[in-house]
Amino acid sequence: MPDPAESIEAMRDGLEAVGYLAGESTALVSFLATKLGKPVLVEGPAGVGKTELAKALSRATGRKLIRKQLLRIQAEAADAGWEAVQEDIFGQEFLLTRPLLQAIAEQDPVVLLIDEIDKTDQEFEAMLLEVLSDFQISIPELGVIEAKSRPLVLLTSNNSRELTEALKRRCLYLWLDYPDVERELEIVRLHAPELSETVARKLVEVVHMIRGLDLKKPPSIAESIDWARALLMLGADDIDSSVFERTMSIIVKHRTDLDVVAERVGVKLDDGLLGRLGTTG
Amino acid sequence: MASSDGSARPASGRPRAAGRALYGGLPEPGPPGFAPRLLEFADELRGEGLAVGTSELLDAFQVLGELSWSSEEDFREALAATLAKSQEDRRVYELVFDRFFFRAVEREAVERGLREERFGEGDRLPFDLDDLRERIREAVRAGSDGEMRDLARLAIAAFGRQGEGSGVIGVDVQRIRRSLELRGEAAGRDLPDPDSVPQDRLREFERHLRRELERALIERTQSLPPAKPLREFDRALPSGPLQDLAAVHRVVAQLKRRLATRGHQQGGRRRSQAVDVRRTMRASLETGGVPMRLRFRPRRPRRPELYVLCDVSTSVTSASVFFLSVLHALHDSFRKLRSFVFVERISEVTDVFERERSFAAISRAIATDAGVADVSGYTDYGRVWLEFLTEVVDDLDPRSTVIVLGDARTNGREPHAQAFAQVSEHAGRTFWLNPEPRLYWNYGDSVIAAYEPYCDGVFECWTTKQLEVFVNALAGGRGVPAVAR
Repeated sequence: MPDPAESIEAMRDGLEAVGYLAGESTALVSFLATKLGKPVLVEGPAGVGKTELAKALSRATGRKLIRKQLLRIQAEAADAGWEAVQEDIFGQEFLLTRPLLQAIAEQDPVVLLIDEIDKTDQEFEAMLLEVLSDFQISIPELGVIEAKSRPLVLLTSNNSRELTEALKRRCLYLWLDYPDVERELEIVRLHAPELSETVARKLVEVVHMIRGLDLKKPPSIAESIDWARALLMLGADDIDSSVFERTMSIIVKHRTDLDVVAERVGVKLDDGLLGRLGTTG
Repeated sequence: MASSDGSARPASGRPRAAGRALYGGLPEPGPPGFAPRLLEFADELRGEGLAVGTSELLDAFQVLGELSWSSEEDFREALAATLAKSQEDRRVYELVFDRFFFRAVEREAVERGLREERFGEGDRLPFDLDDLRERIREAVRAGSDGEMRDLARLAIAAFGRQGEGSGVIGVDVQRIRRSLELRGEAAGRDLPDPDSVPQDRLREFERHLRRELERALIERTQSLPPAKPLREFDRALPSGPLQDLAAVHRVVAQLKRRLATRGHQQGGRRRSQAVDVRRTMRASLETGGVPMRLRFRPRRPRRPELYVLCDVSTSVTSASVFFLSVLHALHDSFRKLRSFVFVERISEVTDVFERERSFAAISRAIATDAGVADVSGYTDYGRVWLEFLTEVVDDLDPRSTVIVLGDARTNGREPHAQAFAQVSEHAGRTFWLNPEPRLYWNYGDSVIAAYEPYCDGVFECWTTKQLEVFVNALAGGRGVPAVAR
C-alpha cells in the first residue's frame, strides 16, 4: 500500500482501504494535515463521521489513536475542591497517563483525537494552543515537555459554540456534511455488500428524506449502515411501509421524531413517490 | 487610468477597442506574480468580513506548495481549509472565490484579446426553442454544472437579444428565465407542478445566466466593471442560525471577564486569607521545624455565581429570542449558572442548556417541554418571586448575582415587591434588564418602579449594543452604576 502522505489519491485509497469513503475535501485536508503536520478542526452535524475519520486516519497511516473525550474535567476538579485535586494533578505519573501528554510523549507519531472541543470551556482551549502550535506542554512544576514526534491532531466540534480565533488560526478547517445520495450509497454498499443495489438505494433515499424533515436527531451515516445490516438480517428484499415501521427505530430515536417520520415517510413508501423525492434531498 | 495601463501590457496584436475608454477599461494591474494575486484575494475576503490573518496566509502558501495545481477543486479546497474557518466563512469564501477568479480570467481574456465563438444574431440555432426549453429543464433538474453552463449560453443566444439587452443584467436574467418558462417549486406542496424545478437548482441556473451575460458584457465593452460587494441575501446561510448569536456571545464573554475581576477585587483582604498548613510546615523545615513564616493559600478569583431569570411570555415574544441567546451565551461562559424561565410560574432550565448545545434545539425544548405553567400566557411576577424565594433563596449568598430579563408587566396582579426585596437582599447584586424602551416604563401595567429600588441597576436592553452598555456599567465599580438608584 502506498504511503497515504504521498498524494491526495494515495490518501483517498488508504482511507478507502480501511473502510472510510472520503469526499474530495476530506481526502485533501487529511493529506495536507499529514504532510504539513497541522492540526485539523473538523466541524459538521452529529453523525457524519467526524470521529470515524480520526479512527480511519489512524488505521490508514498505521499510527496509534489516542482519544481525548472532553467532559468538563475542570468542573469535576472544582467540585472536589481545588486543594484536594491539586496534589494529584501535578504528579508526573498522573500527567503522563493523560491523553495529551501521552500523545506528545509517544516515540512514534500518533493520531490525537480531541472530541467535541466545543463542549469545553475557553480555558482548556487556551491550554491546547500551546500543544497545537508548538507541540509542547509547559507545566510550571516540571518544565516544558516537548513532543518527541509530531502527532496528527484532529479536533471535532458540533458547532454549538464559537471557538476562539486563536484556536481556529492554528488549524486547517474541514466542514463535513451529510454525503449526497450516491456517496452514501457507496458507503452503505461498502459496509453491507450483500444488500441488493435497489434496496440499498431506496434505503439511502429514505434516510435522505428523513434528514430533510425537521427532527431532533437526524439519522447519522452509522445508523444508515446499521439499518442496512438489520434489513439484511431480516432478509427484506424491499422497503415497504410494514418493513419500515418495524425497523425505523434503528434510524430514528426520539419519541416525537418517530411520530413525525411515521406520518411523513411511512405513507409515501407505498405510493412509489420515493424515486423523485429522494433525488431532490 | 484606462489608457495608461494599456502600454504596460504586451501588445495583443489587435487594435484597441474604442469602447475601452468609454466604459472605463481595465483597472490598474497589481505587481506581477502569484503571491500578489493571493494577497489581493485575501484582501477581498477581508473586505467581506473574513478574519484572514498573516498566519492564515502563510498556511495558504504552504498548502499550495503541496499541491499539483492541476485541479481547480483541490486548489479551491486547499485554500478554503486555510482561509475560511467556519461554515459561514466558507459560504462567503465560495462566493468571493468565484467572483475573484471569474474577474481574473475575464481580465486576462480582454488583455490578450481572446474572444469566444458565440451564436450570432443571424445564425440558425441547432434546435428549436421548445426543444431547448425541455433540455434546459432536464439539465436544471439533473443539476449538472457543465451542462447548465452550456445551456445557459444557448439560452442567451436564443432569447438574449444580444447587444440590445436592457443593460441591467438582473433584468435580462429574469426575462430569459421567463422566456424559458422556468418556474421554481412552490414550497410546502406534496404534489409539485410537473413543470417546475427545484428552487436551489433554478437559482444555480440563474447564476450561470448572470455569469454568461457578464462575460459577454465584459467582452463587448473591453472593460471590467468594479467588483460588486456580496449581497446579504447570498451570503446568509440557508436556514442559518440566529445572526445575532455570535455578537451576543462576544458581549457575554466580556461580561464574564468583568464579573470575574470584580469578584477578585472584593475578596482581596490579605488578613482574611487562609493559612496553608502543609506549605507552612514545609517552610518551617528551614527553621528547624519552627513555623517562623506563615504560608497562605493562594487567592483565587472566585467564580461568579449567576442566577438568570428570563421572562418568556407573549408580551416579550420579540425580545425573548434575544434573551434566550443571551442565556445561551451565558451558559457557554459560566459554569456556576442557573437559569430559569417564567411566565405565570417559574421553571428551572439549567439542565436544558447543559444538555442541548444548539440554539435551535434549546429554544424548541423550552417552548415545548420546559414545564413552564403557561396557562393564560400572562406573566405573574409576584408569584414568580414567591416561588423563586422558596426554591432557591437558601442557595443565594453575597457572591451571587441575580439578573432578571423581563418587562415587569404584571397584568394587574400583585407585584410582591417585598419578596423581590428579599431575593435582592440575599443576593450580592441584582440587575434588571428590561426589553422595553425607558419611555414605556411604569405606563400601563408595567411596575418596574416597584422593583427598581431593590436592584443594583436597571437597564433598557433589547439589542447587543445595549447589552454592551450593561456590561460596561457593571465594570463601573462598586456595583452601583450611574443609571440606577
